[in-house]
Amino acid sequence: MENTIATQANLHRRVGLVFKYLLLSVLAFIVIFPFILGLWTSFLPTTQIAKGALHGTMSWQNYVDAFTQTPILRYLLNSLVISVVQMFAHLFFASIAAYAFVFLEFKYRDLLFYVVLATMMLPFEAEVIPNFQTARTLHLLNHYAVMIIPFLTSAFGIFMLRQAFKQIPLDLKESADVDGLSHWQFYWKVALPYSRISILTLAAYSFLGSWNQYLWPMLTTFTNRLRPVQDGLRQLHSEETATNWGLIQASAAIVVIPTLIVLFIGQHYFKSGLNEGSVK
Amino acid sequence: MINSFPSVKRRRQTNQAPGPKEEVRANVKNFELQKNDKYYAWLFLGPSFLVLGIFVFYPMLRTLYLSLFLTDSFGRPTVFVGLQNYLNLLTSKVYMASIQATGVYVIGVTAFTIICGLLLAAVANQKIRGIEFFRTIFTATMGVSVSVSAIFWLFMFNPSIGVLNQIALFLHLPTVNWLTNPHWAMVSVITTSVWMHLGFTFLIFFGALQSVPKTLYDAADVSGASSRYQFFHITLPMISPTFFFVAVITMISSFKSFGLIDLMTAGGPTNATNLLVYRIYKDAFVDGNYAVASTESIVLAIIIAIITFIQFKLLAKRVNY
Repeated sequence: MENTIATQANLHRRVGLVFKYLLLSVLAFIVIFPFILGLWTSFLPTTQIAKGALHGTMSWQNYVDAFTQTPILRYLLNSLVISVVQMFAHLFFASIAAYAFVFLEFKYRDLLFYVVLATMMLPFEAEVIPNFQTARTLHLLNHYAVMIIPFLTSAFGIFMLRQAFKQIPLDLKESADVDGLSHWQFYWKVALPYSRISILTLAAYSFLGSWNQYLWPMLTTFTNRLRPVQDGLRQLHSEETATNWGLIQASAAIVVIPTLIVLFIGQHYFKSGLNEGSVK
Repeated sequence: MINSFPSVKRRRQTNQAPGPKEEVRANVKNFELQKNDKYYAWLFLGPSFLVLGIFVFYPMLRTLYLSLFLTDSFGRPTVFVGLQNYLNLLTSKVYMASIQATGVYVIGVTAFTIICGLLLAAVANQKIRGIEFFRTIFTATMGVSVSVSAIFWLFMFNPSIGVLNQIALFLHLPTVNWLTNPHWAMVSVITTSVWMHLGFTFLIFFGALQSVPKTLYDAADVSGASSRYQFFHITLPMISPTFFFVAVITMISSFKSFGLIDLMTAGGPTNATNLLVYRIYKDAFVDGNYAVASTESIVLAIIIAIITFIQFKLLAKRVNY
């Protein structure tokens, strides 16, 4: 008697487990379906895709074409340079500003911090008209600098690192003062290493943010030599889409792979960084 | 020179009872320290305030200023018109339609992103073998940028070769002009946007679910509460701060949608997806109508400021309903 109940419970558990895996698989399939379809068609000849067929001879031809016939490599290089420079500059300027708000004593400190905080409410999209005019006046148009300079610092970055620096015990700062550490030394040897998870989170956030910029580069760059990858794809799409879907899908795949790598490597830090932020 | 902390002297001070002389010395030192801090404050905050000043504060004031004028084709103000631009916008049927479309889009994206993200997080929040694999897949859309998303989905929405219409044909359902029918175009951009937001939302909800104390569920199990009851009476209340955080973030992000619209519909068909930011871009940089675009920018900024303000308030309170 007891035995049959046990086997029944066991059966129940197994059916439940199968159901769970089935649900997970269906959801996972839906989530990555657009992605799989894009990758799949990037290996098909365009003539097949144009017929609406999802089968045919798989080959790397679209990728070869993308690398040889389009400036996709140049776009990638542009974005890489812009994003890496922006990321490091942003980390530096946002972290020294955050340092000032935590470890320095000066007049109007809190007031200035609220001023910075207030800029979080102002969307960049609502300011593109004067910013475009400023960039034109400063002769920055169609140059790497125009895509980096406006994003050298951010209220979000300052805010986030200020939260992180505030976790550093005050004793550490006091004993550093006693030992005669300068602000630069304390910043470099204590503040940054102590907050490395927040720093890494902000680095990933900053890199992806820069990599995904769309409106601003579209307004300020006019040549393939400088165009970052998002606007490059836009350009390719407007030139090619009606005729060459295979090439477009291959280009999209080439663009998405580096970000996926960054994401999966950074995910561990990203998760703990976000959790850290939400606890406080 | 500014770095030279008189540390040796300070150490000696701590070992002695401070006499009047030492006190004076300490005060002098404090004063020097503060002067030092002031110097560093300039150095550390200068660059940030310079950038924020030129690219955030100035343009906001300038946009406000331009919205009170008529402008020429270079965006220079010509005639002061006061609030006339605002009155024109508020009485413009086209603009009101754009506001409405943006409202539908933002609410649609936010609601479905939360529902789908929460569903994925709840399903992934189990201890079974191989769950890590599924979690990784659920976060994957975080790494997909706006152009890539738009291209993947444009292909699926293609009326003749797109997979969605092919599935419809296979199931003997009527095919749909996904991007050229005004109603379906809105559905299409909302779908794509939800997909893009899903990875991030999943990650945040998943983190929140993991932080709900397990003892709460154990207690509920003992008292025989069903798992649905547990979800609505334990899980949801416990993650309500996250809930609002996600809602606000998604709302702000979808209010600012530009790339998706630009690539997928270009505001069409017949302005059905001409959302606020796309309108600003078109009015300013295609039609050269800078005064109108500035006015629209101020309206957008006010909307976003209100939402952000609410977010700050909610974060400060850490609501737990």
